[in-house]
Amino acid sequence: MFLPAKGLQQSDTRQEYRLCGTRDRLALGHLISSVAMTCRGQIRWLLAVFLVFAQTLAPIAAGADGPVRVAVASNFAGTMRDVVDAFEAATGYAVTLSPASTGKLFAQIRNGAPFDIFLAADVSRPEALEASGHAIADTRFTYAVGRLVLWSADRNLVDRHCRDALVQDSGGRLAIANPRTAPYGLAAEQVLASLDESGALQDRLVVGENVGQTLQFAATGNARFAFVSAAQLHGPLADVPGCRWDVPGDLHSPVEQQVVLLRNAAESSSARALLAFLKSEQGRRLIETRGYTVPDDG
Amino acid sequence: MTDSDFLGIPGGGPLWLSIQLAAVTTVLLLLIATPIAWWLARTRSGARAFVEAAVALPIVLPPTVMGFYLLVVLGPYGALGSWWVEMTGEALTFSFTGLVIASCFYSLPFAVQPLQNAFEALERNSLEAAWTLGASRLDAFFSVAVPLSSRGFLNAIVLSFAHTLGEFGVVLMVGGNIPGETRTISIAIYDHVESLDYASAHTLSAVLLGFAFISLLTMYVVNRRWATR
Repeated sequence: MFLPAKGLQQSDTRQEYRLCGTRDRLALGHLISSVAMTCRGQIRWLLAVFLVFAQTLAPIAAGADGPVRVAVASNFAGTMRDVVDAFEAATGYAVTLSPASTGKLFAQIRNGAPFDIFLAADVSRPEALEASGHAIADTRFTYAVGRLVLWSADRNLVDRHCRDALVQDSGGRLAIANPRTAPYGLAAEQVLASLDESGALQDRLVVGENVGQTLQFAATGNARFAFVSAAQLHGPLADVPGCRWDVPGDLHSPVEQQVVLLRNAAESSSARALLAFLKSEQGRRLIETRGYTVPDDG
Repeated sequence: MTDSDFLGIPGGGPLWLSIQLAAVTTVLLLLIATPIAWWLARTRSGARAFVEAAVALPIVLPPTVMGFYLLVVLGPYGALGSWWVEMTGEALTFSFTGLVIASCFYSLPFAVQPLQNAFEALERNSLEAAWTLGASRLDAFFSVAVPLSSRGFLNAIVLSFAHTLGEFGVVLMVGGNIPGETRTISIAIYDHVESLDYASAHTLSAVLLGFAFISLLTMYVVNRRWATR
């Protein structure tokens, strides 16, 4: 039943090929038009394949004219999605986001990663990229100042002060982001130095690859506590029963977050438009809604 | 956050941890994989294909899928994790024990498949001879099947050990990067590369490269000897 049907299909195709290849050799124009007539199906198909390829390859070939490729520190990824939605709606430009820890993105950019904009969670790494020529001079500015928060999704802690629960109770892991690559991990380490004079908390530490994984550890209950950024606790997580302590600013140096335009995007008007949007009234409002402070001078 | 030294290698502590993890996993896997492989090699049950497919899954699945499920199952609210917390008071995730469980899943096909191949190649006659001479099934297995399958066992040991030593993605997801507990060599190398500490990354990578090559070389040399014997 299956085989004859298959054979029929094959002979059909062969016949069509012959039609396409050898019919009418009188004149080139005639040939083309007649081939176009008899092979309309195949040509349309080929054209479609070509268009799909062209569309896939176009952004790669066009570089600056493709979407703006943004490397964004994990803590700001959620906020940046809101900013990008508003930006795309306002300008029609497209943006892609690649979230990771600041240190990881820094290492990638130093090794030639094709990003246009780097939204870091510190000042030193954008500064270093500017100094090494990976970023364009005079494009660097502070887009947000973040807050560190101690957070737990343990519903037994609803009536407790989060700090006291962390220091007084002996059980449960504390997740922090990797201080070597994540600025919020560095801030958490500074808070621990003043909170944990005995060093007892050191044995309870687990280290997230970035501040996003750090939050995930606590949100899934695998770690009882986590030091994360206030902006990450927007949305559904804000209502999770547990505890939250907004760490006072004097316990760690402020998490000043800077953005810089990268060498790849020197000529890109869309990337510069996105930077301008971050500085605009609308952009700043979106960033502040998430719990960041935005400095006045920008 | 700093690593201890091991065999004079500065910051080599994670290598020692990985070797311990691989050794414990290999021993456990031999106990788990041998009966599975034996059953797979001899059964005519229709379930065989299903079990074979399930055992081979870790070869195909990305570590993120396994890591995600393990995070859910081993976590304090998960089926296995909550039971473990009740029994021991400790969570399974972010612990050495958790990594051992994860590695047993992750390296299972590398223990089962060589053993299964070896058992399938056994002549049924030799087992039957042992049985007719009055050996119990278990006795026949240990005194006839195991020695005849020693190449399969060697391959299973080397592959499970080496594969666990090179485990990365699952550990990244359920480990939590704790020095001396879950910070294995692959995590330590990743950490060094991410923070641009290429000198430390080079040291550990070179040690691991040498170690992996020597263990594979040993396996192939021994295999060749046995083949020509």
